[in-house]
Amino acid sequence: MQFVMPDLSPVMPEIVLTLLALFILMADLVIKRKETIALMSIISVGIVAYLLSGSLGTTFNGMYVSDGYSTFFKLIFIVNVILTVLISVKYIEVEKVNFGEYYSLILFSTLGMMLMASAGDLIVLYLGLELMALSTYVLAGFIRYDVRSNEAAMKYLLLGAFASAFLLYGTSMIYGLTGTTDIRAISDYIVKNGLASNPVLTLSIMLFAVAFSFKIAAVPFHMWAPDVYEGAPTSITAFMSVGPKAAGFAVLGRVFMVAFGSVKVEWAAVLVPIAILTMGVGNIVALSQTNIKRMLAYSSIAHAGYMLLGIIAGTTDGMASVLNYMLIYGFMNMGAFAVVIMLRSEGFKGDQISDYEGLSKTHPMAAALMLVFMFSLTGIPPTAGFMGKFYIFMSAINAGYTWLVIIAVIFSAISAYFYLRIVMYMYMKEPKETVQLSTSNGLSLALAIAVIAVLAIGVLPASVVNFARIAVAGF
Amino acid sequence: MEQVMNNSLGFPILSTLIFLPIAGAALLLLINRSKEDLTKWVSLGISIITFMASLLLFTNFDKTTHLMQFTEKLAWIPQWNMNYSLGLDGISVLFVLLSTLITILCILISWNSIKMKVKEFYISLLFLEGAMIGVFCSLDFMLFYIFWEAMLIPMYLLIGVWGGPNRIYAAVKFFLYTLVGSVLMLVGIIVLYYYAGRTFDILELMTKPYPYQMQLVLFWAFFAAFAVKVPMFPVHTWLPDAHTEAPTAGSVVLAAVLIKMGAYGFLRFSMPILPEASKAMTPVMIGLSVIAIIYGGIICLAQTDLKRLIAYSSVSHMGFVTLGIFALNTQGMEGGILQMINHGIVTGALFLSVGAIYDRTHTRQIADYGGVASVMPVFATMFMVFTFAAIGLPATNGFIGEFLIILGGFAASQLAGVLATTGIIIGAGYMLWLYQRVFFMETNPKVSGLKDIDAREIMALLPMVILIFWIGVYPDTFLGYMHASVSHLLERVNTGSGPAIAAAGNVVEILK
Repeated sequence: MQFVMPDLSPVMPEIVLTLLALFILMADLVIKRKETIALMSIISVGIVAYLLSGSLGTTFNGMYVSDGYSTFFKLIFIVNVILTVLISVKYIEVEKVNFGEYYSLILFSTLGMMLMASAGDLIVLYLGLELMALSTYVLAGFIRYDVRSNEAAMKYLLLGAFASAFLLYGTSMIYGLTGTTDIRAISDYIVKNGLASNPVLTLSIMLFAVAFSFKIAAVPFHMWAPDVYEGAPTSITAFMSVGPKAAGFAVLGRVFMVAFGSVKVEWAAVLVPIAILTMGVGNIVALSQTNIKRMLAYSSIAHAGYMLLGIIAGTTDGMASVLNYMLIYGFMNMGAFAVVIMLRSEGFKGDQISDYEGLSKTHPMAAALMLVFMFSLTGIPPTAGFMGKFYIFMSAINAGYTWLVIIAVIFSAISAYFYLRIVMYMYMKEPKETVQLSTSNGLSLALAIAVIAVLAIGVLPASVVNFARIAVAGF
Repeated sequence: MEQVMNNSLGFPILSTLIFLPIAGAALLLLINRSKEDLTKWVSLGISIITFMASLLLFTNFDKTTHLMQFTEKLAWIPQWNMNYSLGLDGISVLFVLLSTLITILCILISWNSIKMKVKEFYISLLFLEGAMIGVFCSLDFMLFYIFWEAMLIPMYLLIGVWGGPNRIYAAVKFFLYTLVGSVLMLVGIIVLYYYAGRTFDILELMTKPYPYQMQLVLFWAFFAAFAVKVPMFPVHTWLPDAHTEAPTAGSVVLAAVLIKMGAYGFLRFSMPILPEASKAMTPVMIGLSVIAIIYGGIICLAQTDLKRLIAYSSVSHMGFVTLGIFALNTQGMEGGILQMINHGIVTGALFLSVGAIYDRTHTRQIADYGGVASVMPVFATMFMVFTFAAIGLPATNGFIGEFLIILGGFAASQLAGVLATTGIIIGAGYMLWLYQRVFFMETNPKVSGLKDIDAREIMALLPMVILIFWIGVYPDTFLGYMHASVSHLLERVNTGSGPAIAAAGNVVEILK
């Protein structure tokens, strides 16, 4: 038997990222200034981004697929890393957890996400998911002297383990049925043998839906999200609200659209109630929150609900709208968290909504930025949030889910209440105490990137939309 | 696809009008926060330049055609076939002029009364102006929607930041009411987009036939957005709160321009795109209008708050507007459009006046006034003109508008005509009573010693007085703009969709 070296070029970005992450882990031992580590991690993902363009292809017998779809998601992950690192530098200093491992864990977690986005096989998918999840568990508990952070990590670990178990159940079930874990082969097998209403298939679809719902924090599998988001370091909350969610959508899209592409009706029936519940619970429970991190947690649940609509549409246009939304959501959510982080300073938590009272008077710039992000999360033009939602609604209506979109827009109108509450606190109330902002160059840069992206995509979305459509063209 | 006329001016006038104020708002961002006077002068300057530019529309408008004029079209989001497409016809042109004029007056009247967050105030106001002009100029449904929604942001801030004691409640109520209506319209727009073969172009959407059932559903989807904005009974309850709590400039913009957009929406979208449904729904619309006229009027009689009274009178007056529009005849529709302009002028002027006197007394309670005429004679005279215009006395603009509407209303339904006329009587009642309580009777000690209005305030009110008499004496200057467009629109509504008629014609041919 002759051993043939597999084509490594599609997986080159991941290999390089692994090496760089390990290098950073080692370098941390000798480098005392942690800002250097932060800079190194940004450069690393920059290199990876550069390598992405030449990585298209399939390798390891179809187990690893690097296509437009995965590339788009990987770019989201990279943007996510850059913004997270930028907002972290000062913050972890304030929280007194300024360790270099922080950055290498972020990189490892991102590596896991990239594997997930490119997984052509359920086993690779599982590997990526575990790598991502394990790194994130540690990051969630990174403030080790803070009980809430510990609790967050513990909760995330336990519930995440359940999700992994569901995923493995689903995988083994589908392996038993089709004899393969290759995503394309599963699809072929289902079509060839006419397994459309096979109960085992239905069961495994449901198990997959449960596992992925955990990752994207969809109701009723969202219980972990508010506690973990609240307890974790804010920068990691920001990271988690975008990265793992995007990765969850990447695998959700690939498994459901490709492997189960022929039985759309069945999984749509599972996802529709999940989507409605997610939008409903996310938006309604967010109304009564007093902690801004918790509020943003519920808001991120609600946004997962909107994005599910794009998946439910089951068309390439629907997929493109999810990609588009994920990118936009990344910018606006990161921006909002960056402002939240800015309020955290030595001896001041700054995570209560009431801390925002009169912010426009004491810090007009920070308030104006938060205003843009809040309107964008609500989905009011001319911000990018509107364009994202609009594309999703458009593709869902095109697929015949007009009634579902009506529900979505009503919930979206309800969401205006709690986003605007922040604006109201900032602009329409008088400041009670002087809030000290902890700004840094990195944070300012992250905010600038986020706000420019939100406004630019909001006014001229054509190129981003086009990019998303090209990315899913191969589906 | 309907024809449009090329821009007769050598430069993109409409884009200039939209983006001049927005660029001005951006410019204000750069001005140092402590230089409040500079901020005010820059925003006044920009609003005056915008108004001057908009006068070009007034002089260069071709009144003989219903076609869209001053058009511009650029591909915006080609993947969705969304275009940056602008144009004006006889229905929309006057509203642009109204918006640019009102903004100047708003800046003048806010000069001294806005003391905190001055910079943010003028940024909001200028951004709002750009979005308002955008709403009236858009020929692409999504572009329209984007301007329509974008307006919510500055308006929410205007009410919520610089408003009265109960401002936060009013701002949130305004925002949520409008947003819920708008998002339902958004769903309607997308459904229409796919049915019409992926286009948002309003002129193209108008030429397509739609099944009757679908028209009905879409009509109500659009109704959700437009009726809230007008506001029609029973979704008018945000208006009294928003008007009352908003700062003077906010009330003026709301009354003069924002609520016109609802009626404009019916004219621009519901009627030409969904002619059969609009026609079938006229009894409902006329009924709601008559209820608004009488109900709004009666509620005015019970008000003790100056601004709240004028706010409810808006409900009544806008009832006249929708009555005129849905009478579906030339007199009614032209009266309706003219009355929108009139109401913008008169109610705008009333709010400006109330703002002027509120700045002096800081009370809106009618009971706190009395005998103002003896201390502020100039102001009292001007207010009297506005009162008469609101009542609809001959020689004022209100008379022309209401007369045309009632004429059209009678032709559509005699009962509606009669009931609407009683609305005018109620209107005379509450306005005259208001005038009596505020300006005559014994001088209330709280108002004795007030200074009469100064030159700046006269500057803000005088254009309104001139317009009131101009329209009242020679309305054809303004009615002339709309003849062609209105008759074209009515033709479309009363004969139904073009292709449907053509198909019927073919059937007749075959039968012969």
